[in-house]
Amino acid sequence: MPLAAPSTAPLHVGEPSKIATRQAYGEALLELGNTQDDVVVLDADLSGSTKTKAFGKAHPDRFFNLGVAEANMIGTAAGLACMGKVVFASSFAMFATGKAWEQIRQSVCVPDLNVKVCATHAGLTVGEDGKSHQMLEDITLMRVLPNMKVIVPADAVEAAQAIRVAYETPGPVYVRLSRASTPVVMGEDYKFELGKGAILRQGTDVCIAACGVEVAEALIAADLLAAEGIQAQVLNLASIDPLDEALVAQAAETCGAILTAEEHQTRGGLGDAVGQAVLRHKPVPVDMAGMDGQFGQSGTAEQLIAHYGLDGASLAKRAKALISRKA
Amino acid sequence: MVLNRERADAIRATAHQVREDVVRMVHAAKCGHPGGPLGMADFMATLFIEHMQLTPENLHTPERDRFVLGNGHTCAGYYALLAAQGIIPREELMNFRKMGSPLQGHPHRNATLGIDFSTGSLGNSLSGASGMALGARLNGWDTRVYSASSDGESQEGQIWEAATSAAHYGLSNLTVIVDFNNIQIDGEMRQVMNVRDLREKYEAFGWHAVDVDGHDVVAVDAALCAAKDETERPSAIIAHTHLGKGVSFMEDQPGWHGVAPNDEELEQALAELEALQP
Ligand SMILES: Cc1ncc(C[n+]2csc(CCOP(=O)(O)OP(=O)(O)O)c2C)c(N)n1
Repeated sequence: MPLAAPSTAPLHVGEPSKIATRQAYGEALLELGNTQDDVVVLDADLSGSTKTKAFGKAHPDRFFNLGVAEANMIGTAAGLACMGKVVFASSFAMFATGKAWEQIRQSVCVPDLNVKVCATHAGLTVGEDGKSHQMLEDITLMRVLPNMKVIVPADAVEAAQAIRVAYETPGPVYVRLSRASTPVVMGEDYKFELGKGAILRQGTDVCIAACGVEVAEALIAADLLAAEGIQAQVLNLASIDPLDEALVAQAAETCGAILTAEEHQTRGGLGDAVGQAVLRHKPVPVDMAGMDGQFGQSGTAEQLIAHYGLDGASLAKRAKALISRKA
Repeated sequence: MVLNRERADAIRATAHQVREDVVRMVHAAKCGHPGGPLGMADFMATLFIEHMQLTPENLHTPERDRFVLGNGHTCAGYYALLAAQGIIPREELMNFRKMGSPLQGHPHRNATLGIDFSTGSLGNSLSGASGMALGARLNGWDTRVYSASSDGESQEGQIWEAATSAAHYGLSNLTVIVDFNNIQIDGEMRQVMNVRDLREKYEAFGWHAVDVDGHDVVAVDAALCAAKDETERPSAIIAHTHLGKGVSFMEDQPGWHGVAPNDEELEQALAELEALQP
């Protein structure tokens, strides 16, 4: 008997509104703080940008600005976690995971402490700030760490849920958030689960597996491909670690080829994670859209996404080339 | 109140025991760091016995005092003290640094052994201790958080980030004791990278800070008492010590920062310590 086709996750209906995932983070954090006394929030002089400021205003007794000192912020978070707090620590992804990687490893991940690193301004869509601020290696740096869970929400709906899941999941969690306002793709009744990917669109010719802002681009690519009679399956793999390996294996089986998409280095990023899963379970041709060993540059988010081949049209083109490699 | 004779003697006796354990442990492990813990034994014993009073009975009391060993490489002495307090089983000490033992080469957080924080990477300790002090205050506990550090660790920038934030948030429940022995791996600290006057530095960062002879248990006790009287500032105690204290051939020798004694050296070290028995 053939397996029942897995159902697709609810998608946003109607004209997509645009909200930044960092905005959703700030709101979700405030809400969480209103009901959960053990939530403590730390920031490093970027609370307006990371959106932790709202929590700080509502709960000044549980909000601490550590100044421009990210390593100390992470260490302080570890100490607070030792005293029973659930600590959310925020800065830009560049500094939270780059400057403080060693502290995240030694003081948070080694002792498996309840610290949630929620970093904003990740990826190319930071835009005009350029190379120094476009963090393109954070997924790699975080997913390589034992005990760390890595979530890259596709949109504001998923980001809000990821914050709740991060709170409820014991131990270290990394949530990757972006600066730019991006389309809401997930439906209101979508439910994010750690370790579970979501099928957003059924298809059998090729699978496009994406995370973060690239999920919306993957859906555009699937529309473009459909116009040419190609049915692309679209996956949202927000939970990068743990990865939904069963879903990836199933996609490999059904579609015979997988294209990954991320605004991040493919080395160590989603591309690598999916590649490993495919190699382990069901080797099929894989291509990886993302940054291929280069830094970004200044520009608008939209310009950069197109320039580096991460817009829907580029993904569609790449997917077609991949189909020709299918056995 | 000045530490009475009897209590001072009890501290000295424990420090002596710790020194013997340290040379035995590092010898058995065939690697590790004997010099630092020999130098720290007197102030560490004063802290643990007279002030923290960590016991098997209060080990799981959430409000109890906390300790972070910033110069994590000196953990042989820390483990020996936890054994002296009846928390780490004595027989475990000889498994130090061996496969399968919880007594890792650098401290790993372990609730049942009373190890409150993972360290080993120099520089991270004071941030963790500050977070604990902040957490204790948020919880409304009168917990005190102690952190040991060293002149070498004071070269790390993160220590000064933490010194800034601990003063900013007025963490008067936090005390750091710095093992100031003018020695680090590559030689004399003043030659490798001079951190200069740490008392002045901590004062400039807004701390209550004092210099003490780190081998004078009465002076160390007085400094720890004074730290408890602080109501607005964190406290730093700069403990001036001699690396390898108690074993003549190790004293003040950078070479004994991280080398294990061989059988002969162990015999000599134990004989010398025996002769110094208080
Ligand atoms: C971040 C970091 N860098 C380097 C080391 C290697 N290391 C271990 S101990 C040490 C010297 C530390 O000096 P100090 O604590 O003053 O040494 P002691 O007095 O015990 O000889 C170094 C460089 C380390 N553990 N962590």
